[in-house]
Amino acid sequence: MYVAVKGGERAIDNAHAWLAEERRGDRAVPELTVAQIREQMSLAVNRVMAEGSLYDPDLAALAIKQARGDLIEAIFLIRAYRTTLPRFGGSAPLDTGAMACDRRVSATFKDAPGGQVLGPTFDYTHRLLDFKLAADGEVSAPAEAEARQEATPHIMSFLDREGLIQPEPEGADTPPDLTRSPLELPAERALRLQALTRGDEGFILGMAYSTQRGYARSHAFVAELRIGTVPVEMEIPELGFSVEIGEITVTECETVNQFRGSRTEPPQFTRGYGLVFGMTERKAISMALVDRALRWKELGEDDVGAPAQDEEFVLYHSDNIQATGFLEHIKLPHYVDFQSELELIRKLRREAAAASSASGEAAE
Amino acid sequence: MNEYNFAYLDEQTKRMIRRAILKALAIPGYQVPFASREMPMPYGWGTGGVQVSAAVLVPEDTLKVIDQGADDTTNAVSIRRFFERTAGVAVTEATAEASVIQTRHRIPEAPLRADQILVYQVPIPEPLRFLEPSEVETRKMHALEDYGLMHVKLYEDISRHGAISTSYAYPVKVEGRYVMDPSPIPKFDNPKLEMAAIQLFGAGREQRIYAIPPHTRVVSLDFEDHPFEASKADHACGLCGATDSYLDELIVDDEGGRMFLCSDTDYCAGRRRAGHAGAEAAPFEEDAA
Repeated sequence: MYVAVKGGERAIDNAHAWLAEERRGDRAVPELTVAQIREQMSLAVNRVMAEGSLYDPDLAALAIKQARGDLIEAIFLIRAYRTTLPRFGGSAPLDTGAMACDRRVSATFKDAPGGQVLGPTFDYTHRLLDFKLAADGEVSAPAEAEARQEATPHIMSFLDREGLIQPEPEGADTPPDLTRSPLELPAERALRLQALTRGDEGFILGMAYSTQRGYARSHAFVAELRIGTVPVEMEIPELGFSVEIGEITVTECETVNQFRGSRTEPPQFTRGYGLVFGMTERKAISMALVDRALRWKELGEDDVGAPAQDEEFVLYHSDNIQATGFLEHIKLPHYVDFQSELELIRKLRREAAAASSASGEAAE
Repeated sequence: MNEYNFAYLDEQTKRMIRRAILKALAIPGYQVPFASREMPMPYGWGTGGVQVSAAVLVPEDTLKVIDQGADDTTNAVSIRRFFERTAGVAVTEATAEASVIQTRHRIPEAPLRADQILVYQVPIPEPLRFLEPSEVETRKMHALEDYGLMHVKLYEDISRHGAISTSYAYPVKVEGRYVMDPSPIPKFDNPKLEMAAIQLFGAGREQRIYAIPPHTRVVSLDFEDHPFEASKADHACGLCGATDSYLDELIVDDEGGRMFLCSDTDYCAGRRRAGHAGAEAAPFEEDAA
């Protein structure tokens, strides 16, 4: 006699217990602390903060620990937590011109006020496995310079003075909030940028790369890439002025793109923009390229049918939490639907067999 | 779980979802955009249904959750537990005892009453999506009631296969206006879409809610010479002997031996309690069926 499979609850409990054990790994090896992850896996922490849309290194590190290092899973934990948080208000716009830069490079000028500052970059490392690190990761203190006191001007402002770069008028409107209202198309640029900054790094990178290889090529130069800390200010209604509530690290990328002019715009340089939480320069550069590709309509360019130009395609598929959830849901049971497909295929095959035997008889 | 609000979502979010639900009920079959929240379960795993359930649940409710018609499938267990923890509502497996039923892929066999709400989990709310990938275009098509593409698709099915080759998520027209995706229920369930209960459809990832108010006319698309046909496996349930319920097919041995049994586990258990028995339920009485 067949007994229908029961025990879903017990199976789930056991799976969770096993998962916890796997996460811990060999108990002979000391357990990772959240502080260790925060300090020594900081780029993973940055990615989780950026795509989780929540600036909190401790929580991001905790999420990474809980997710066994699966960053998309960690981002998911952060997003699910974030959505439960109350909103006290919005900050004043960040002034990235006031950034205390750890890194600041321009590919378009050999030098500029503020200088080129490499900062802590992998760029010129030789990618050779450092076996010494396996035994001993202690490092000696690096050389230090005096911190720059004056603000570091944006490279773009120099082009702006000459009128060579397409102007970016300041918008007065409060930008829409992707997490509080449904995405509706066509999306304005502020909304697109919001989606891009929290979009999957791999997806945005792939889209950006496709523009470099000719799918809506935009001839981008990195006018400036800067990473550093900026103060976050918030206006407190009771006080009537803004107060600094904290400091965050962000990566900002501005690209300058060749543009020969269109029916509506004179020949000039145009911009792409990327701004991402933390030290996340691959993402910020990718974001700037995709942003530029998505601006074809406002700049009067042709739609060449490239994926990176299609805002519906890019915005609907950039979110890795949506994507991974829907992708992985196909492992849930679908046997009711599969059963109805089975019935249909059997019926169609019966009819096809009957039709061919009937025509066979007719031929005889 | 005191750190979260009743049924997890905060009251502002619930209000936003309830507004979407009311609008959906006012325009049957129309997909209302809503600001779907990240839930603590993955998109594609019922987040739309969970948000709708969270917005309609009150402490006095009794909740039933089914997936593939069954209460004991893992994701149904997981969602039921979620509401037990966050809302503390009573739960049941009995269709008749539930005031809110969240479902994935099935409509219960027992007729639902006016005091019940059926909440569907919806993966892709747009019935025209696989004919036209752009949301901008499909919204336009709905606005203009331009459903020619769908009829052409169904016609092409018939000319190619001799029958409409859609067996689940079979499109319907609601109250003579909107073409709607009934979620991936087998087309066997389509006739049940006209019912006394309120039916709410939640698509979390796609940020859409739609509804069928009680006793609304729901017509499965077809042609006069190829009328809609609700089909199921041509067998009786091996456990309870029912011939009127949707059946799952199981492979029971290495020779590929098959067995059919009710997909609605509560319906099947109820029949067995009432003394009905199918062929496999009593293997020693071979004539039992």
